[in-house]
Amino acid sequence: MALSKHAHIVTAYGEELDKLADELARMGGLVEMQLVAAVDAVVRRDASVVPDVRKREAQVNAMQVDIERRVIRLFALRQPLATDLRMTISALRIASDLERVGDLAKNIAYRSKDLNTFAPLAVLDRVERLGEIVAKQLHEVLDALSSFDVEPAIRVWRNDDEVDEHYNSLIREMLLSMADNPALVGPGAHILFVAKNLERVGDHATNVAEAIHYMVTAEALDPSDQPPR
Amino acid sequence: MHDAQTQPTVYHKNSLGGSDIKVEVRDVSVSYGEKQALFNVSLDIPDKSVTAFIGPSGCGKSTFLRCMNRMNDTIDGARVSGSLKIDGAEVNDRAVDPVVLRASVGMVFQKPNPFPKSIYDNVAYGPRIHGLASGRDELDAIVEQSLRKAGLWAEVSDRLQDPGTGLSGGQQQRLVIARAIAVNPEVILMDEPCSALDPIATAKIEDLIDELRENYCIIIVTHSMQQAARVSQMTAFFHMGSLIEVGPTEEIFTNPLESRTQDYITGRFG
Ligand SMILES: Nc1ncnc2c1ncn2[C@@H]1O[C@H](COP(=O)(O)OP(=O)(O)O)[C@@H](O)[C@H]1O
Ligand SMILES: [Mg+2]
Repeated sequence: MALSKHAHIVTAYGEELDKLADELARMGGLVEMQLVAAVDAVVRRDASVVPDVRKREAQVNAMQVDIERRVIRLFALRQPLATDLRMTISALRIASDLERVGDLAKNIAYRSKDLNTFAPLAVLDRVERLGEIVAKQLHEVLDALSSFDVEPAIRVWRNDDEVDEHYNSLIREMLLSMADNPALVGPGAHILFVAKNLERVGDHATNVAEAIHYMVTAEALDPSDQPPR
Repeated sequence: MHDAQTQPTVYHKNSLGGSDIKVEVRDVSVSYGEKQALFNVSLDIPDKSVTAFIGPSGCGKSTFLRCMNRMNDTIDGARVSGSLKIDGAEVNDRAVDPVVLRASVGMVFQKPNPFPKSIYDNVAYGPRIHGLASGRDELDAIVEQSLRKAGLWAEVSDRLQDPGTGLSGGQQQRLVIARAIAVNPEVILMDEPCSALDPIATAKIEDLIDELRENYCIIIVTHSMQQAARVSQMTAFFHMGSLIEVGPTEEIFTNPLESRTQDYITGRFG
């Protein structure tokens, strides 16, 4: 897939751009796995995935460094223009957002260890639901990335509202239970943390959507349409 | 017929009919004998600004430049139609004296072409012919001023009587620019002025162009996208004798609207 339907005259240049897009897609896939594993660890109360998450976290970080290196190289040696310029600069932005998503997922997974020392909480259903919505946002925005399709990116961007709604009501419910029953303060604090991180993942998904929109259309998404955060 | 000749030019917002227009071009076509080289070009070129013409070899950039100072008149079999106005005055009017026109529309070519005369005489030649100086002192002043404006004074002030052809390529090109400036031009045309120069000499010319922009309307033909991006405010893309797209340089290089522009500037097969 590419933004232009025509091939570069300098074959190696075209290949470098293709490779950049491939690396970004691979990084997206890896980060998505991290998020799903992290939510699973919390919701299924199973911290056995933590070592895998740790290993993949190192891979994600290395991929960001690699993508940055490729972008710098393209600017220095190829001076990309027009769609190539937009694609290259967007790759840099997206890789940085994906790296943050990887971090947040790792943090969530690590929390599962502490959480599992407490009795299961009723609010886990809501955590699962928030996790599903956020994972769907991430999945759809990554789809938009590999298809260079702006419509699903706009959908993801608008849909951040839904993430925020679920996040806010989860927080409210958790705080109320903690006020009612001080014994829930310990595990509740972990849940608040997990929820906050999921909400942040949602924000990064909308950042990626913005970058895709710029890459494809050369225009920023209209901030007046911006979902409230 | 090629589709390049039937599709209308894409004008970015405000790139046609704006204010402070120096050159107004409407439906200009040029043929060399049976062969048409330029098809109905319409374009507004702003004053005190650099406009870059880009496009593959043979697309008509030089042909179009030559319309601005009626250099096509000197080519056998060349026919020019349409309207081209500088400051509202029709260039192709019979009453216009091409020699006077060429003083107010100066031209700098790819290969520096100083006269086989001294540095001083290269610059003084135009003012002498056009009677711009009364007396030696005034001529000296014009020569110094022009060499200063061309960023060459410091390098040649102590050897004005040396032959112009003895200068380096970059210096020769700045000498030619000084020669053009000496006759108070309105418009300066540059046809690939840096293609024979090394990067440092090129950077000096680009710096000079940026300075000259404050006082002149400058049009530059270049094969380097990076150069067009660096020096110009407006960019016009030509293809097979047609003006395909014109707009602010930043827009052309970040978001060209026409796929042929896109393919050309990104280096793709169209
Ligand atoms: N003096 C001439 N006589 C005949 N054909 C010419 C002459 N000058 C240019 N042409 C033709 O006109 C077309 C445009 O040429 P030109 O304006 O030199 O293009 P560019 O400057 O964009 O490379 C080309 O096909 C070229 O062969
Ligand atoms: Mg030419």
